Amino acid sequence: MAAPANTAVDLSAALVTAPVEAAHWLVILPVALCIGLGAILMMLRDRTTWHGWVAIPGLVLLVLVDAALLYKVATEGPITMVMGRWLPPFGIAFSVDLFSAIMALTAAIVALAGGLYALGEITTSGRRYGFFPFLMLLLAGVSGAFLTGDVFNLYVWFEVLLISSFGLLILGSEREQIDGALKYAVLNLIATTLFLVSVGYLYAIFGTLNMADIAMKARVPGNSAPLMTLAGLFLLAFGMKAAAFPVNFWLPASYHTPRITVSALFAGLLTKVGIYALIRVLVMLLPVERAGLGPITTAVAIATMLAGALGALGASDLRRLLGYIVISGIGTILAGVALGSAEGLSGAIFYALHSMVLMTALYLLAGQAARLGGGFSLSALSGLYRQSGWFAGLSLVLFFAACGLPPFSGFWPKVILVKAALDTGAWWIAATILLTGFLTTIVFGRVFLLAYWRPGSAPDAVAPEPIIWQAGLPILALTALAIGFGLFPEQLLHLTQLAAGGLEDPSAYLRSVFPEGGGAQ
Amino acid sequence: MEAVFATLVGLFFTAAIYLMLSKFSIRIMLGIAILGNAVNLLLFAAGRVTREVPPIIPAGADTLSVDAANPLPQALILTAIVISFSFLAFLLVLTYRAYQDLKTDNTGEMRVAEPDERPMPPLGY
Repeated sequence: MAAPANTAVDLSAALVTAPVEAAHWLVILPVALCIGLGAILMMLRDRTTWHGWVAIPGLVLLVLVDAALLYKVATEGPITMVMGRWLPPFGIAFSVDLFSAIMALTAAIVALAGGLYALGEITTSGRRYGFFPFLMLLLAGVSGAFLTGDVFNLYVWFEVLLISSFGLLILGSEREQIDGALKYAVLNLIATTLFLVSVGYLYAIFGTLNMADIAMKARVPGNSAPLMTLAGLFLLAFGMKAAAFPVNFWLPASYHTPRITVSALFAGLLTKVGIYALIRVLVMLLPVERAGLGPITTAVAIATMLAGALGALGASDLRRLLGYIVISGIGTILAGVALGSAEGLSGAIFYALHSMVLMTALYLLAGQAARLGGGFSLSALSGLYRQSGWFAGLSLVLFFAACGLPPFSGFWPKVILVKAALDTGAWWIAATILLTGFLTTIVFGRVFLLAYWRPGSAPDAVAPEPIIWQAGLPILALTALAIGFGLFPEQLLHLTQLAAGGLEDPSAYLRSVFPEGGGAQ
Repeated sequence: MEAVFATLVGLFFTAAIYLMLSKFSIRIMLGIAILGNAVNLLLFAAGRVTREVPPIIPAGADTLSVDAANPLPQALILTAIVISFSFLAFLLVLTYRAYQDLKTDNTGEMRVAEPDERPMPPLGY
């Protein structure tokens, strides 16, 4: 495929026997760790008290491994490991650049928070149905999708995370859950099938599935292949996974039905994997076609932002409301993709990280709010401020972060995106981002008014139990992250700028896959 | 041979989309089953359908000769078949469970998670 045609076959290059550098095992470790822990937890199915003792240290280890990986990538540039030493583009490559590493780390942090919360929420029967094994396998899928450098492999990880998410979604087998899961499952399966069709066409056009190889071949001018159609298919498939506007209806139909931990994990992880894949494929692999699809992406982004914000305005169930906020966040990230400039992309990546942390925190918060205030419905939920002042303060921080108000983490990515939009003259994108922020502020203002300030209907009839540490700690930690990134954004900003730069000009990524420029023709 | 397969793939996609547009969950399932097969067949046919020549790239060339079938798409659909089969199995059970619990196979009437008359959020207190 990519071997130089004019020379005799150089066998020495193919017969590499040197072992893989020890540090490079970091690339595969997050996935291997998750699958291993998932298998162990599956074997411990009946010993439900052990689940927490296996899963939580495992998740802590995962965070550490991902942090080490991020450090390694940040200091040394992208790393590639090829399975079985089949050299690229033939072997399946795991290629990690800054964008992958930072998304994987955030996903691990979010999962750790969800796992901690689950200790208090998921009962013995939920554990026997396999909450923790499913969580680990979900994470294996998510980490694999973030770290892989092979398009078909990406499809496989999508399926891994999808089948685990089915298991999590119907945990409890309530009627509502089955209804929601049916819609979620059918629409997501159609989306991944579309993705598979696109992968098939991609291979037919380029004769390779290695991302670096495709990125190189797609940049060669004068390609007469129908790349625009291909990019359009990818946009549809990943847009559906990410819940972008015309294909977003599976999200509000299902995200409010499972256990609150599961909702939180889904909101933090699943749609972001779709967005990650969209950015990876459209920005890095097919940049010319992304620019061509710009008007469509812009329209989709604007519609998604507004649909999310308006849906949240009309929702009376707190969990459904948050589902719409997830959608409007996806729109904001898409706006950055639509802009396509390095600045816009860096804003999009920053917003994606912020949204992962924030949406998980908000769902977990909603779970506690419902426990303290009497249900998820806004017509019942009340008197939270009187219940617990510090809980109200914590909520206010997260609400402000969701609206994009300073000094919390939602502010900076929105500033970057608005500035990037104005720089490219796309004032309508800037205006929509600001309008969405305004609508979101109204939404959360009303939530605070009704749920927190409105006096409870039956004051102090039965004082609810205080918040247990398994629930309080993850919310506190995620809120601390939201405040931290709001107050000290420089480090993260720098990283996202580097990550966006690496996507715009993937030469370092390509070098890590083809050290001698072997694939370049 | 590929032309026949291409036509068949087109027919499969048509039938699958027609079935998936139905309101009844069992037809949607049939549509999904056909859709999975349509995609597999598409990938299979895209890698050429011949069996006479072993797929070995000759010395000096960097692609397969045109009379050999590309083995990679066949490896891909092997994975995809397993995945789509397991998903279909799960979905069939889920659909049956939904039929039992929700007492309907009409997705238009499956409004447990999203009730028809949703209350407005309170406008004040």
